[in-house]
Amino acid sequence: MSSPQTARQILDRHYLEIRSKILDLAASLDRVDRAGKDGTQDDPRLAKLRSGIELLLTPGTDRAERVQMLFSDTYVENWMKK
Amino acid sequence: MYFIDPHVHMISRTTDDYERMTRMGCVAISEPAFWAGYDRGSAASFHDYFRQLTEFEPMRAGWSGIQHYTWLCINAKEAENVSLAREVIKLIPEFLDRPNVLGIGEIGLNKNTMNESTIFQEHVDLAVRMDQQILIHTPHLQDKFKGTHMIVDMLRADYRVQPQRVLIDHVEEHTVRLARDHGFWCAMTLYPTTKCTPARAADIIEQYGDEQIMVNSAGDWGPSNPLAVPDFIQEMRKRGHSETKIKKIVYDNPLKFFSQSKNFRFQAPDITYGTGKP
Repeated sequence: MSSPQTARQILDRHYLEIRSKILDLAASLDRVDRAGKDGTQDDPRLAKLRSGIELLLTPGTDRAERVQMLFSDTYVENWMKK
Repeated sequence: MYFIDPHVHMISRTTDDYERMTRMGCVAISEPAFWAGYDRGSAASFHDYFRQLTEFEPMRAGWSGIQHYTWLCINAKEAENVSLAREVIKLIPEFLDRPNVLGIGEIGLNKNTMNESTIFQEHVDLAVRMDQQILIHTPHLQDKFKGTHMIVDMLRADYRVQPQRVLIDHVEEHTVRLARDHGFWCAMTLYPTTKCTPARAADIIEQYGDEQIMVNSAGDWGPSNPLAVPDFIQEMRKRGHSETKIKKIVYDNPLKFFSQSKNFRFQAPDITYGTGKP
């Protein structure tokens, strides 16, 4: 099953919405930076967010899944036998 | 379009919400037992809660013409207290014959601990012994992938479990295949900030199809929207999906899954309005 919409239709419908989300992201990161240097720059959550943003620039049709995995704990096989 | 919200915690919502849901086409809901926002101090509190879910809530839903079904358990968060959880599990059988009870749920994991896993497996044991369907909560955020995997492991380790009678809820992009590949039903929860948006849920339908999948609002006392299923319907319509396909996800699929429960006596819309009966 796939989308009944063409890529052009999707882009036409969502261009402004995506632009707005990028601006929200930019403004949020600006806000963190403006608030001063309190060691937050070393917070691993910021590093995760940077990795997530970099992931958006990679090709593919599974970016959402890869972002989910970036923010997921690791599953350890055979955990029931421990 | 008529729809069923297969997961919504109406005890946290107002009668006005029932009315608005009716106006938007909701004809039935199912309400799993969940965490009230605080840890309850005794099994007696759960007894009262189960009475509310099986006595008052179906009557209140009926005032708005909505058929109310429910699932019983001690939720994953409070299941960390193993002794309390076992007391609560002992209470459940006396409620299973009540006319709106569909099965055991929402059981699952919260922080993926061994205590939670122990109580999850004891709930599953109760369900299979009592011939009940199962509705499963999967963890939030970073715990979801690992927890969903653990849940699938435990279900597959119990040969008595029939996957087609189990619903794995709150699936997202990274967990939908885990549920579907092993024959379980699954559901996507439409939340404003966590879980799925209507657009992402529609994306998942477009990628993985419309078999054994449904959407819900999981409306509760936190940020949530009991009208999220109509938002999904609207998103699907805007994309050009057929009414038949949309109806399958929001109406036919919940009916098909729930119909496996002996207590599910659904009456088609317009028949039960105002009777107060499930």
